[in-house]
Amino acid sequence: MAPGTFRRRKIVNNMMVAIMGLAALLAVIPLVLIVFHVLVNGAGALSPSLLLEDPNAPGRPGGGIRNAIVGSAIMVGLGVAIGAPIAIGCGIFLAEYGQNRFGTMLRFLVDVLAGMPSITIGLFMYALVVLPNKQFMAIAGAVSLAIILLPIVARISEEMLLLVPRSLREAAYALGAPRWRIVLTIVLPTALPGIVTGLMLAISRIAGEAAPLLFTSLGNQFTSTDLLRPIDALPTRIFTYASGPFDYWHEQAWAMSLLLVLFILLFSLIVRAIAGAKVTVRQ
Amino acid sequence: MALTEASPPQSRRRSVVTGRRHIGELLFSGITGSTALVVLLIIFGLFYQLIASSWVSIEANRFNFIFGTEWNPARDQYGAAVFIVGTAITSISALILATTVAVLVALFLAEIAPSWIARPVGYMVELLAAIPSVVYGLWGIYVLGPFLAYAIGPMITSTLGAAIPFFDGVPRVTGLLPAIVVLTIMIVPTIMAVSRDVIAAVPGSQREAILALGATRWEMIRIVVLPYARSGVIGGAILGLARAVGETLAVTLVIGNRASLPDTLFSPTYTMSSVIANQFQEAGGEMHRAALLEVALVLLVMTFLINFIARLLVWRVTNGQRAVVVE
Repeated sequence: MAPGTFRRRKIVNNMMVAIMGLAALLAVIPLVLIVFHVLVNGAGALSPSLLLEDPNAPGRPGGGIRNAIVGSAIMVGLGVAIGAPIAIGCGIFLAEYGQNRFGTMLRFLVDVLAGMPSITIGLFMYALVVLPNKQFMAIAGAVSLAIILLPIVARISEEMLLLVPRSLREAAYALGAPRWRIVLTIVLPTALPGIVTGLMLAISRIAGEAAPLLFTSLGNQFTSTDLLRPIDALPTRIFTYASGPFDYWHEQAWAMSLLLVLFILLFSLIVRAIAGAKVTVRQ
Repeated sequence: MALTEASPPQSRRRSVVTGRRHIGELLFSGITGSTALVVLLIIFGLFYQLIASSWVSIEANRFNFIFGTEWNPARDQYGAAVFIVGTAITSISALILATTVAVLVALFLAEIAPSWIARPVGYMVELLAAIPSVVYGLWGIYVLGPFLAYAIGPMITSTLGAAIPFFDGVPRVTGLLPAIVVLTIMIVPTIMAVSRDVIAAVPGSQREAILALGATRWEMIRIVVLPYARSGVIGGAILGLARAVGETLAVTLVIGNRASLPDTLFSPTYTMSSVIANQFQEAGGEMHRAALLEVALVLLVMTFLINFIARLLVWRVTNGQRAVVVE
């Protein structure tokens, strides 16, 4: 071996390590910048009236986004109420009866559903509900969100149920308990913290979804709680304001982004803190 | 499969003691099974509804829909090629950029960095995935777009632009370039997270063996780790691609929204998802609406195929334990 080879190899090694470190730095910068800009631009427009008033007529500065906050809360809450039971049921099915060919196929389809663009889910609900009824409605938006939540929570529930130690089940079997009682009274409660964690992550995901709401719940200038009428939401209002012509719209869009990002980051941090095991959701 | 069920000795729906079918068992498997059926129904319904409601357009435009570049609702001309090309350019460029960065980051976190660096950095990159698309869009038009147009754009046109016409042009706040950059930032976490887990799954004995032969860290990565993790990393990259293809609001806000093929890196254009987001609410005629629904159908089929391939690749490496990682 030539005497210079070792030195060359060391240099190449150090260079590559440096490049990898730089890449890590590069990947973190956008998060820092986005959080920074959202904080700086959003904090100025935050005020009590922003939270407590409905929007003014377009072009008249002032007004608030109460309608969007109420609408988002209603649709996310309803989406969870509809989606979570189905998702957890599906997770139980996969964990309990899914160790076969059908289970493998179903698991695969759940993953595929998780990867479908949210805008196509919105159009699906549009074609299914809005078009026949000739009416945009809150419930259609909530169901779209439930469909997005479903695969995330289903897979997390399955994994969490499978993590429950076998000895617990076996002890219950030995006492003669039927499977359904074992699952409902022993396995499910044991796995519950993990499932709740997954649910919270899914909530922070659907709270920021706008694409499926554009054609289902549409948006509403006023605070509404009617599920069969159009309703507003934070992400869709950010979209409208961001692409609109007025400066005060842009400021309010930043303020709404701040609220949304704070909500989501806090949620993630809480999940991180309470979950003993590290759990992450993937697209 | 490592985790198998602990089933009672007899058939699973019969009581262990009496051997009779248990009503509770039947009910339980029936209820959970029907929730599983909901998933099948949704996927079937998605395809069925989109085909049914875009049928007018499918019949009228036939293959011209895929290959035609004329999109003019006023004259009922619907060729979606511009959007398909727009989606292809933005998401493939983002895929290449993001994969490069993400794999380097994943290697850094899994092989080089001590855990007190690797944990917070990995967490921060994952948080990028939690930021809503629309916030990326807002940041894209008011922060990233101007920065690219006034700081980076002139640098590109004066260097690369002199040699290659595609890199020459007038840098704008919205257009192809900001869309590519935003998408890149958005899919780095997806690719990074999958790659990191796949890399971590490379057996330590393999690493130790080559280190014992006197290899440097980088040689270990190049000769042992990367080849071993390759198909999983490719799977992660394709998952990122699927995300980029379906990404809507961030792109809609920064891509400029013009129905023409981009002739430079700075031209405004459309992607499939952004044309839907931008035109659907104003779509007056039945044909316009049907055509946009057909765009959604093409998008759905594309992401379905991409996801299908990606999941197969990732699954082959990890045996199906993918959606959640527990450490």
